[in-house]
Amino acid sequence: MDHTAIIRKVNDIFIDVLDNPDIVLTDETSASDIAEWDSLNHIQLVVAIEKAFKMKFTSKEIQSWKNVGEMCKAINEKMNA
Amino acid sequence: MNFAQLKKSSKKISAGFPVIKVAVLCDFASQFLVQAFQGYGIEHGIKYDVFEADYNQVDRQIMDPTSEFYAFRPQFAVIIRSSEHLLKDFYKIPLEQRAEFAARQLAHTGHLYNTIVSRLDCKVIMNTYPEINDRVFGNFGAKVKSSFIYQIRSLNLSLMDLSRSCKQLFLADFNTTIGHSGISNSFDPKMYIHADMVYNLDILPYLVKDIHDIIQAVNGRFKKCLILDLDNTVWGGIIGDDGMEGIQIGDLGLGKAFTDLQLWAKELKNRGVLLAVCSKNTEAIAKEPFESHPDMVLKLSDIAIFVANWENKVDNIRNIQSILNISFDSMVFVDDNPFEREMVKQAIPDLTVPPLPEDPSEYMPFLKALNLFETASFTEEDLERTAQYQVEAKRNILQQSYDSEEKFLESLQMRSKVRPFDPFIGPRVAQLSQRSNQFNLRTVRYTEEDIARLASSVTHSTISFTLEDIYGNYGLIAFVILQHADPETLFIDSWVMSCRVLKRGMERFTLNKIVEAGKHGNFKQIVGEYIPTPKNGLVKDHYAALGFQPLDNNRWSLQINDYPMEETKMFIQAK
Repeated sequence: MDHTAIIRKVNDIFIDVLDNPDIVLTDETSASDIAEWDSLNHIQLVVAIEKAFKMKFTSKEIQSWKNVGEMCKAINEKMNA
Repeated sequence: MNFAQLKKSSKKISAGFPVIKVAVLCDFASQFLVQAFQGYGIEHGIKYDVFEADYNQVDRQIMDPTSEFYAFRPQFAVIIRSSEHLLKDFYKIPLEQRAEFAARQLAHTGHLYNTIVSRLDCKVIMNTYPEINDRVFGNFGAKVKSSFIYQIRSLNLSLMDLSRSCKQLFLADFNTTIGHSGISNSFDPKMYIHADMVYNLDILPYLVKDIHDIIQAVNGRFKKCLILDLDNTVWGGIIGDDGMEGIQIGDLGLGKAFTDLQLWAKELKNRGVLLAVCSKNTEAIAKEPFESHPDMVLKLSDIAIFVANWENKVDNIRNIQSILNISFDSMVFVDDNPFEREMVKQAIPDLTVPPLPEDPSEYMPFLKALNLFETASFTEEDLERTAQYQVEAKRNILQQSYDSEEKFLESLQMRSKVRPFDPFIGPRVAQLSQRSNQFNLRTVRYTEEDIARLASSVTHSTISFTLEDIYGNYGLIAFVILQHADPETLFIDSWVMSCRVLKRGMERFTLNKIVEAGKHGNFKQIVGEYIPTPKNGLVKDHYAALGFQPLDNNRWSLQINDYPMEETKMFIQAK
């Protein structure tokens, strides 16, 4: 799965969890760009992504992400690890 | 439904749903729990109006009489405390006091409960603690009184004892529910460390179901009857084809799976759940195993109503319902055949029809996990219920052989013991108040404590009624609570009757006793009120039928002096 496919899949998860069909993610999208992406929903997003990609992130990894691009990069690295 | 679905449900439109006010107080971050709870309610037709206390505010909200919690005036106070915080509290206290930790926690819990119920007329729901083990003592902790596992386990049992003595306290048994999934599958370390959430998203739907089930049962919505199919449900194989020797129960084939289901059904029957059989079979053949198969756990005497014929199951279940006189939403139908299930479910949507797994070995784990038979009370009378309904089924058949209703009623030789509420009858009155939905004019629910209070109230008169006839004793079947509204008016605050005794002249008999009470207190008129609910349409015209005159808004009045007491023919004698 390449970066584009990952971001597409992550986009679907965002739409589902945040219940907003208009969300379009790019690498630069961060929490400040999406109204529903608060700290509470962030927890639910991480759990949903972990489930969908069948992987676990460390607390450190989660805290290090500044935007969607870094999140998807972490997913990519874990898939190929 | 998973958490994400429940969260979406929580935003659905709930206009017209009954509203229940619930305060949720947790010692951890409770946002997800509340979202799931509200979603679960909406999926089941209930709008939970929730006050969510701020993080870790349990003690403050309860101790401060001016808190938002009291201002909200909830019907239910849900107090959820986590094992993780309990462990922290445990570590804080000096070593030499740890053996008394559970006792201290219990005293504190009792204090919280008493504070709430002294200030607020509400039910309290607390949780049992999932038994996490810090492994400081390893398995040896079981032998050390000052270990955490010893104290948390002891606390759980003490909480159960406390809830036995506190009538308004109910326990959501999180320890059982989380034990079912496993603590490691119910806990997300990251969520705990980052957000102080002690339950992961996967377990939340099960925990909120526990809370919802209790609230429903307390409000009188619970299952009273289990209807069982026979072939491949109660035993393996088909009795008509395989015969007595061929059906699988006990040690034969998959017999153990069916025996387990029978054992469970028998336990439910012992608890007061009615068992009925609904099977496509020739009656004599279907009954044979119950009468003479050595491995059958269920006997004919366990079954309140036995229906085996070749009619369709929808009609048969309707027939069972009309004899038992309980609503469809208090019945569960268990059948292995998906086609029959679907047909019944389509025709009777209120009936609970669990989608039984295909493999009989999974029947019991599946059925147990559903927690279908939540209840809010248990008394000795529950044990006798099956026998009472068997008599009722017989009477239904007998009634058809009398040419007039009067002769039939006379033949029953009914007798009723009429008395005000007392400590013996109190718990039964409370139970009838919670169970009765149909013959219930105002559907006010009373706890045992409420009933005890009314019994000694100088502004109320109470009357309870038992009934017995030539077929048996029904115990307490009706009660009325009369409020002295003003010097001239006796107001019927509650008039509740078990539907088992409908159409026997009990209504008229009860009214006579109300009028007697009115005369005794020198009242001039009796006023009754009908508050409609989705379930009490049966008594819509109750007061009109008894000769009351309409006032306004479903209120009715009867002038005591005009009441023709002597002319009404009675088939019931006071004992």
